[in-house]
Amino acid sequence: MRDGNIRRRRHTVIAQLEDRPGALNRIVSRCRQRGFDIESLVVGRSETPGLLRMTLVVDGGIDAEQVVRQLGKLVDVLDIRDVSDEDTLVREMALIKVRWDADRRTHITEVVRAFRARIVDVSPASVIVEVTGDEGKVDALVRLLQDYGVIEMVRTGRLAMLRGPAPSHPPLEQLEEAYEYCPVPQPR
Amino acid sequence: MQMTGAEMILECLIREGVEVVFGLPGGANLPLYDALPRYFPRIRHYLVRHEQAAALAADAYARVTGRVGVCFATSGPGATNLVTGIANAWMDSVPVVAITGSVVRGLIGRDGFQEADITGITIPITKHNYLVRDVRAIPRVLREAFYIARSGRPGPVLVDIPRDVQQERAEFEWPEEARPRGYRPPVEPDPRAVEQAARLIAESDRPLILAGHGVIIAQAYDELRELAERANVPVITTLLGISGFPPDHPLYLGMPGMHGMHWNNLAISEADLLIAVGMRFDDRVTGRLKDFAPRARVIHIEVDPAEVGKNVRPTVTLLGDARVCLRRLNGEVRYKERSEWFARLEALKQAYPSLVYPDDPEEVRPQYVIQKIYEMTDGDAYFVTGVGQHQMWAAQFFRGRRPNSFITSGGLGTMGYEIPGAIGVQVARPGDLVWAICGDGGFQMTCQELATVAENGLPIKFAIIDNGHHGMVRQWQQLFYRGNLVASRLRNPDFVRLAEAYGILGLRAVRREDVPAVIDRALRHPGPVLIDFRVKQDENCYPMVPPGASLQETIGLPEEYRALAPKPSAVEVES
Repeated sequence: MRDGNIRRRRHTVIAQLEDRPGALNRIVSRCRQRGFDIESLVVGRSETPGLLRMTLVVDGGIDAEQVVRQLGKLVDVLDIRDVSDEDTLVREMALIKVRWDADRRTHITEVVRAFRARIVDVSPASVIVEVTGDEGKVDALVRLLQDYGVIEMVRTGRLAMLRGPAPSHPPLEQLEEAYEYCPVPQPR
Repeated sequence: MQMTGAEMILECLIREGVEVVFGLPGGANLPLYDALPRYFPRIRHYLVRHEQAAALAADAYARVTGRVGVCFATSGPGATNLVTGIANAWMDSVPVVAITGSVVRGLIGRDGFQEADITGITIPITKHNYLVRDVRAIPRVLREAFYIARSGRPGPVLVDIPRDVQQERAEFEWPEEARPRGYRPPVEPDPRAVEQAARLIAESDRPLILAGHGVIIAQAYDELRELAERANVPVITTLLGISGFPPDHPLYLGMPGMHGMHWNNLAISEADLLIAVGMRFDDRVTGRLKDFAPRARVIHIEVDPAEVGKNVRPTVTLLGDARVCLRRLNGEVRYKERSEWFARLEALKQAYPSLVYPDDPEEVRPQYVIQKIYEMTDGDAYFVTGVGQHQMWAAQFFRGRRPNSFITSGGLGTMGYEIPGAIGVQVARPGDLVWAICGDGGFQMTCQELATVAENGLPIKFAIIDNGHHGMVRQWQQLFYRGNLVASRLRNPDFVRLAEAYGILGLRAVRREDVPAVIDRALRHPGPVLIDFRVKQDENCYPMVPPGASLQETIGLPEEYRALAPKPSAVEVES
């Protein structure tokens, strides 16, 4: 994997969705029904009002073409593509609460600095470390911090965006233009 | 113009060309029913006795007419009773719009009386669904619902409308068109794919067409026939493809798969090219997938991109409407002599007969009853079946002459389909003859609808193939569960008296010689008729591909049946 992740290869699928009630429910339902094991799913607002962007990561053993086609059929999904083999920027964020013993403070601070992470909350007995990067980097930091006592961790899951000037999805006007009104069969 | 939500719903139905609704009222859709009489007779309403029948009748109506079938139900149990029917339409790609009443907005999510999360429940079995919280959205939502239901690969759409939204008034604004921007079904195939497909056909020495429901949905009967004749390729139809190609055509080979013709299963295994049109390689067609058509390249003509490569990876895909795709393809194909292949198919037919059974004077053979019905109606009728042995025999012996005259529940295999299904067909085709070929088990799953039949004087002929068992279950228990017959024996009611209780003519045949007489009597009776055919109880349906086995492992007819078949010619056939 691109950023030194040694884990089994996974598929990354990105999509543009209608911001409507039930849209996420339909996506998750279809994944569950078709047996697409979700490793991570991130959905949030996009630059366009009324549109959401999603990054979905599924197990590498799953037929990614089926994922794209099954989800692409949903009325709420405007555009969907598998970017596993494309030049993408991948990020994940984690918050890690670590025990903060007096004798280990300098060690923790050094590790955090080495990873370009930040300490964002300090209390007498703990700190919260914020880290952003690909999963490999986050995993490595967590492994190191485990020696000092990780109290809890929360992660966002993978976000992906194509590198370069092109948008990840065709612009809306283009979608509308490409739209060919599907003829409705005449009653028999 | 100002209208209530209920009036808007009915106004939309009129504008969408809806003439028929199947339904049942209840607390949460009473405003809709209150407004309904004002739209009579432009809309006809058929009151069913159980909502499942409303959805299944709407499904059958849609299959026969190509229009959207519409059903109404109230919230909660009314809506959940639709679920089997909606799932049936989903599995077989049938355009149905289900309109359910919901509890008032203030009660949604608070476990109100008769509340069920029907939009949540039906997500996996609908193309799309809606909960309408704003009365002004009704016209747009219903317009979208109808468009989604019948375009592309058709399917069911559910619209849930709270009771207070039905009562609210607002300005009715009809949108010129309603096309959700995320919904773009393919229409035209890629011209390069068409050329490539034509080339594969030209190269092929042992091709077969596998035609499915897509041919009927797209009304591509003429185009399919043209492809077969123009390219000189024999045609196999799947269960739902039956009546998409004339059964007496010399290129017709019948059905493949679990209870298909033995010769087809072997032919598929020998074919070098499959032209799959509007079918999805269901496991009942393919048998064990990894041994399916081992020598064949595949051309897949399909409107739903998600079906491509789901089960079988095609060599070439024509993505689009079956009729459009076939037209394009027909423009590119040429006639090719394939006498060796046809001789081989003929030899397979003779060596592996699939449509013979003993001419037994003592007992009524189920195959005989079904064959006699086809014969005595001259195939000029609609045939609706339930699910099980009788369905498979009806499929094997099919002789209907009309395109799209075999109406059956395929993907979901919904027992009890025969009664509401026949209602939907008879309502759609009031002047035509409709035969429901029923199982004695499935019949009792929906027989409350005999009241609907009687009330509306629908002249359906119900033929119960009564073997006193859940016949297919008994067959599986006998073959695969050491003959341990558990819960498959049925203690049936007196079906003749049951019919009479509903005011329907009831007849019975217990001997072979009774069969033509009762069919004749039923045909002469102007109203609905139920015939209880007491058939041989332990007759099994063959050929059969055991579950999980490959098509090559088809179990043929019993030896004594095969002896009845016309003698094989001199051609040597090895298995």
